[in-house]
Amino acid sequence: MRLSNIRKSIGFVHWLDKLGASSLHFFHEAGALSILLARTVYALLSGRLRWAHVLDQMNKIGVTSFPLVCMTSLFTGMVLALQSAYQLRYFQAVPVTADLVGLSVTRELGPVLTAMVVAGRVGAGITAELGTMKVTEQIDALSSLGVDPIRYLVVPRFLASFVMLFILAIYADFIGIFGGYVVGVLKLDIASHLYVKRTVEAMVFKDIYTGLIKAFFFGVIIATVGCYHGLNAGGGAEGVGRATTMSVVTSLILIIAFDCFFTAVFYFMF
Amino acid sequence: MIVIENLRKSFDNNQVLQGLNLTIRDGETLVIIGRSGCGKSILLKHIIGLMQPDEGKVLIDDVDIASLSRRELDQFRLKIGMVFQGAALFDSLTVEGNVGFSLYEHSDLPPEEIHRRVQEKLRMVGLQGVEDLMPSELSGGMKKRVSIARALCNDPRRILYDEPTTGLDPITADVVNNLIGQFREKLKVTSVVVTHDMISAYKIADRIAMLYQGRIIAVGEPEEIQHSKDPFVRQFILGLASGPITDGERKFFVENENGSNSLTSDSKE
Repeated sequence: MRLSNIRKSIGFVHWLDKLGASSLHFFHEAGALSILLARTVYALLSGRLRWAHVLDQMNKIGVTSFPLVCMTSLFTGMVLALQSAYQLRYFQAVPVTADLVGLSVTRELGPVLTAMVVAGRVGAGITAELGTMKVTEQIDALSSLGVDPIRYLVVPRFLASFVMLFILAIYADFIGIFGGYVVGVLKLDIASHLYVKRTVEAMVFKDIYTGLIKAFFFGVIIATVGCYHGLNAGGGAEGVGRATTMSVVTSLILIIAFDCFFTAVFYFMF
Repeated sequence: MIVIENLRKSFDNNQVLQGLNLTIRDGETLVIIGRSGCGKSILLKHIIGLMQPDEGKVLIDDVDIASLSRRELDQFRLKIGMVFQGAALFDSLTVEGNVGFSLYEHSDLPPEEIHRRVQEKLRMVGLQGVEDLMPSELSGGMKKRVSIARALCNDPRRILYDEPTTGLDPITADVVNNLIGQFREKLKVTSVVVTHDMISAYKIADRIAMLYQGRIIAVGEPEEIQHSKDPFVRQFILGLASGPITDGERKFFVENENGSNSLTSDSKE
């Protein structure tokens, strides 16, 4: 490599150039996502719903994800109980494990882990499906037949996604707490009734609904990002693959970022 | 009548359509020829409003389609059928679901009536007993014909075909050419056909237009195009590797050819 090229690649102007391009790209993506979200919400509220499509998507997004969500939350609840007890035993406070598992699962881990599992499994599937439709001109064919692809394809996935995330998060809460219970009672020698009593007393209604509000928004993120990358895929099979990867990465980053945002909002507001 | 005025469209820095003007008369079959990637499909997508021009207008019966609202455009599109290059059948629906798609979506017809119409359109394209098959179970030629039946389902006044014979064997390609001819005769539809298959172009066209570097460089009846003196048109219709169209690319081809020759001799050694 020539010296001038090296100087160019580490030069201030070059980095400024890259920063500018990245910023433009970021705002372009954020804007396009917001426009898709706005159009989807408008289509959801203004037109007739294709209930058969919505139920089909609910099955694909929610029912088929259920076993994976079950396993993830069960093991997380068990691990959380073990790791908490590992620290709490120094304070002779092992029964507090029940409080800790209950609060951690309902406030944080239930919704977040559910969202991550669904983003990886369903978000990728949505992008791959819509991306393939896009590169084989099926989306153009829909438009040419006078059907709005957002109304036909995005709205059912969007509605199914946030409803099912909400429901899956409720299951994840119960199953996560059950995982903790199993470890607490069988391994940590906490009496069954004590574990249940501590869990119920530690939680207030706010802990549950703030977690579920998060799950609702995570569902919005997964469907919007998945559909956005699918509808904008290009460049054949390679383009669909790239779009699918981008969809999962973007969903995961947004889920973590919005989790932080909502946690802060709930902490200061409630 | 479809009138295209000064149509310009670019992607990033690539100017695909550069002030294109074209008039398509009612009832005629206009074939647009040109090299792959010269913007023929993009032109079709502008006619049906799937793309918005950077500049210029597409007027259909004196209506500028860019001025229509989304809802109006959806209604407008029902009067135009489009046959896509790769058929673009919906993978998740049966043949009947595909052909009757717009009737299921836009009409209040009972399912029996839709079923009857679907069968009628499938018969028009020479298919029977395929209603319950999925697109993945069809051959390339059958997919193309189902796609034509889908475009016909709303009884459109205009049909746009994007490379209808590409990828088909010569016999199936001729079947598709005959269908396009029959629709003009029997249904009096206006057809715009994008192709680079000259056999097909001569057979079906009332007029042929050649698209080159984002503009229409020649329009005329098949005989006129066949006997054109324009060197660009001649090179394309005769399918010559050298000529004014490829002059800029010749250097690249020669270098490439030399490169592959040397590779071949290397491998022999």
